[in-house]
Amino acid sequence: MKLPLSWVKEFVNLPAKITAEQISQAFTRVGFEVESIEYQGQDLKGPLVVGKVLSIEELTEHKKPIRYVGLDVGSGKKRFVICGARNFKVNDLVVVAIPGAVLPGNFVISSRQTYGKLSDGMICSAKELGISEEHAGIIVLPEGKIGCDAIKLLEITDVIFDIAVNPDRGYAMSIRGLARELAGSLKCKFIDPAELVKNSKLKSLNSAKAITVKIEDKTGADQIFIRTVENVNAKRQTPIWMQRRIEKCGMRSISLAVDITNYVMLELGQPLHAFDAAVINGGLKVSRANKFTKLTTLDKVERKLQPDNLVICDSNSVLALAGTMGGLASEVTHETKRIALEAAHFNPSSVAKNSRFHKLSSEASRRIERNTDPALTEIASGRAAALLIELADAKYVGSSSAGIAIKKRKVKISIESISKLIGKSYSIKQVRDALLLIGCKVMGKGAVLNIEVPTWRPDLESSADFAEEIARLTGYEVIPLTLPVGKAGAKLSDMQIRRRQVATSLANQGFTEVINYPFVSQELIDLLGFTGDRAKSFRLLNPMSEDAPLLRTHLIPGLLTTLGRNLSRGAKDLAIFEIGTVFRNTAKTIKGQSPETNKRPSAKTIQEIFASVPKQMLFVAGVVSGEKLKSTWQGEGSKFDWSDAVSKVIEIITATGNNFEIANCELAPWHPGRCAEFKVDGKVVAHAGEIHPRVLAELNLPERSCAFAVILSELPVSKVIKPSKILSMPAVVQDVALVVESHVSASELEHSLKIGAGDLLESINLFDRYDRIGAGKISLAFTLTFRASDRTLTSDEVAKYRDQAIEQAKKDVGAVPRV
Amino acid sequence: MALDKNQIELDLKSALSEIANTKNFDSLKQVKIDHLGDKSPLARANQSLGSLDAKDRSDFGKFIGDARSQVNEAFRKKTEELESERDVQVLQTERVDVTLAKPRTLEGGLHPLTILTNEISDLFIGLGYNVAEGPELESEWLNFDALNIPADHPARSMQDTFFIEPLEAKLVLRTHTSPVQIRTMLTQKPPIYVICPGKTYRADELDATHTPVFHQVEGLVVDENITMADLKGTLDYFAKSIFGNDVKTRLRPSFFPFTEPSAEVDIFFNGRWIEWGGCGMVNEKVLIACGVDVKKFSGFAFGMGLERTLMVKHGITDMHDIVEGDVRFSQSFGVGKK
Repeated sequence: MKLPLSWVKEFVNLPAKITAEQISQAFTRVGFEVESIEYQGQDLKGPLVVGKVLSIEELTEHKKPIRYVGLDVGSGKKRFVICGARNFKVNDLVVVAIPGAVLPGNFVISSRQTYGKLSDGMICSAKELGISEEHAGIIVLPEGKIGCDAIKLLEITDVIFDIAVNPDRGYAMSIRGLARELAGSLKCKFIDPAELVKNSKLKSLNSAKAITVKIEDKTGADQIFIRTVENVNAKRQTPIWMQRRIEKCGMRSISLAVDITNYVMLELGQPLHAFDAAVINGGLKVSRANKFTKLTTLDKVERKLQPDNLVICDSNSVLALAGTMGGLASEVTHETKRIALEAAHFNPSSVAKNSRFHKLSSEASRRIERNTDPALTEIASGRAAALLIELADAKYVGSSSAGIAIKKRKVKISIESISKLIGKSYSIKQVRDALLLIGCKVMGKGAVLNIEVPTWRPDLESSADFAEEIARLTGYEVIPLTLPVGKAGAKLSDMQIRRRQVATSLANQGFTEVINYPFVSQELIDLLGFTGDRAKSFRLLNPMSEDAPLLRTHLIPGLLTTLGRNLSRGAKDLAIFEIGTVFRNTAKTIKGQSPETNKRPSAKTIQEIFASVPKQMLFVAGVVSGEKLKSTWQGEGSKFDWSDAVSKVIEIITATGNNFEIANCELAPWHPGRCAEFKVDGKVVAHAGEIHPRVLAELNLPERSCAFAVILSELPVSKVIKPSKILSMPAVVQDVALVVESHVSASELEHSLKIGAGDLLESINLFDRYDRIGAGKISLAFTLTFRASDRTLTSDEVAKYRDQAIEQAKKDVGAVPRV
Repeated sequence: MALDKNQIELDLKSALSEIANTKNFDSLKQVKIDHLGDKSPLARANQSLGSLDAKDRSDFGKFIGDARSQVNEAFRKKTEELESERDVQVLQTERVDVTLAKPRTLEGGLHPLTILTNEISDLFIGLGYNVAEGPELESEWLNFDALNIPADHPARSMQDTFFIEPLEAKLVLRTHTSPVQIRTMLTQKPPIYVICPGKTYRADELDATHTPVFHQVEGLVVDENITMADLKGTLDYFAKSIFGNDVKTRLRPSFFPFTEPSAEVDIFFNGRWIEWGGCGMVNEKVLIACGVDVKKFSGFAFGMGLERTLMVKHGITDMHDIVEGDVRFSQSFGVGKK
């Protein structure tokens, strides 16, 4: 809401020396953030005078038509200026900058030769004066004395505050509301503009001829006031003072009748609408659109109505989208003679629905959505009628209203409960004063006050609502500081500790953490070859970009994109990882629950709400590319390969205290021959290996880049570790080299050897692999280390165990000792 | 062979002087043969002791023994001296340029948001708070309705929400971590002391200060006699822990549907007031929707953007650096630099 200082001053007795900065701080202190302060006219210097157009000479020999204009600026001598605008005629009053004047942007006006003529000044547009964005033509004044100071006439010099009004404070979307807040913050006298309106002066000519009104849908409005005036001279121009105030508040001057409704809305906060009464058939009704399906609104858009749209209609058609925008058919024009002024207290959520459905947010709807003061319907409509009488020669016909009597809400407030919530004890006087400032009537002098809540504060309901008013008006800065301490035994959960350990360990091993957006495209999912659950993604209704409307089902797509970005910026050797949530649309969509919030939902409903949210797994994944050991003066480095990705998974699973099984597997986006699948307790929890060469080629990423992914949230929490006794007897080592078919995996062979070697086998380590034997065979060589708890093993005994191991391997996988 | 003390002394002198003049191990070896070997004058003199009578044998024996031990000692010292000289020389030839050494493995690092989250979690654990988490894809009821943000309230459009297809599923990407507060209150009984860090979403275009995917940390306390003064004290402690003891905090009246009274919390840091987050006393309507006994308990809540906190604390001027995943950014924070 834009607030001109000149306007607010009418209702607040401000100290003479107060600065704009101090006013801004006063607003901030009570919860109204001043987003900007505009000093209008600060960089404007006269002379700027009212001039009358005496003659217009059209100069046609130039690229665009130019006028050479003779002006009477009150100096007795005709002054000639060149002007490019065309929106004026002889006898019009215009604003003339006399040489020596300086316009905003340090634009100095001087006499100068141009278009072959001497131009002795300039006729100004509103934009050139810095008072609005209007630059379609020059200002044509509705009134003004020739030669008088236009800076004063146009009330240019002013300070305009742009104030953010929070959604619970609809009343502050007005000069009235903001003036009250400013007065409350500065503890100055406040004059309520609503109390200055004297509707008793409106004498009805013939009430029987006034347009009537009914509320057909009581959920849509509880107050409506229609005032009818006739004999309107709609051709009259809006006086300068009114135009200027409307412009300063960021709106445009349109026509006198519309300007009056907007002016009253800005001043009091009550949106008004002016109908051409001649168009109304029968009386007006507040109702739902129901059978009516169409309305062309003032912006000339034909709108398809929903049956539940709240509208104002007559017996034939819809005349306005209630509280949102009027209809074109009943628009007040220059020909209009009879006007019906509407002021209503609409249901905020009905108007919010209108506005949202039609994507039409107006000055009126913004106020009504935040709730308006029901008592204003009568006052504001009267004020607007009086202005039509005063400024457009109208005659008052009479009024019609509908709705329920406005309730004076009464509440009891315990000062103790307020002090208890804030943590500071407030005196009765402090509480009374604060409540009076916001317009409450306060009765009683004890610890419990009886309060009559003002009609413009529907937000004040609970004790906490009043506590906020008292706390903010006495200042948040006086509230003390205390530090409560929670429960003993607070700590991270096992999963939180795991997450930290995994991240820190990867970072210590040269991996860099990244946090990617979880938005992906179908193209990328297809390119990576995801199928099954990993291709079942959720789609956003309103994505940031149509290029990436899906939620990620896996971390690898984002990591590959980030890998590419780093490479494009010159990085060569990269190891990056991410820990994050993935979203898989694998369960049947359950209809979401929306229970009432006035009590705790039933246990069943709570379970249903929790169950309606899909399970979201936590992954850790990484990609590597380039050298893991850098080539330096010391020699060649070594490159990342599939085994680095696989061993990273082994480290992660082992670090969580879990055992795993590993096997080759074929799974996109990995290389079909270079992908490991890991199972813990029979459940697949991780994959690792080289990325499919086709994927790398299509994404323009380096060959042999590798990746791993572990479902952190699926790894069981480890049981308490029970280490075996450390044996101090000497170990005896035996090497075996075995030949097997090349499809036999190292882990299968190792498994057999372990079983065959018996309980005294302490460890087994693959130290050689030879694949050039031919005939589809390979050789794998292991070191077996044996140790007993109670004796030094003899070589004969160990040789026996070794032979048993070989025997087992022969039986299981057809291994034969290499000779 | 007759023994002559003068001769023995001469032999001793000559031995000591040769040892003293020895410059290397080769001559030392010769000196050892000449003066300590079996055929050395002193050894021979010793060997001839047997031919002396008892008295002379004792007298000469002592004299010769003395001389020989002097030679032995001189030899031992010389050996040590030469060895030490040799060691110095050898180690000198093994000198390297230590500035050649550089890590050959990659430099890793945690994302600073992770580091900040850990720091905040630890500081609140110290105050007796647990760290609560919840899903990012969340039920609309938990994200809005339960927080006193009804469907048609303008506050609902304050936050540009990402909705999931189909609308009937009533699923959104959570716009704040507040649904975690609701989940906590629905599943636990007061006293409740939790912080809720996590990823949040709002449909804002990425620019220097905004990102559609960001992180928040929220705090929730529900206990007997919780006051706004408690909120102020907690936020001041929080701010000082993160930004240093010189930082000042202030509350400014504001509006959030889920708190009443509500406030913005500002910090005075590096010479200016900066908006840091939102806070307030938990709105009774929220407590009631979660079944908390409002006659017995009150609560406060607060929430901050972690990206914003990071930017203010470290003087980061462009959000792109935080979200783009350029490894140079995270690497500058290592695994936990302040």
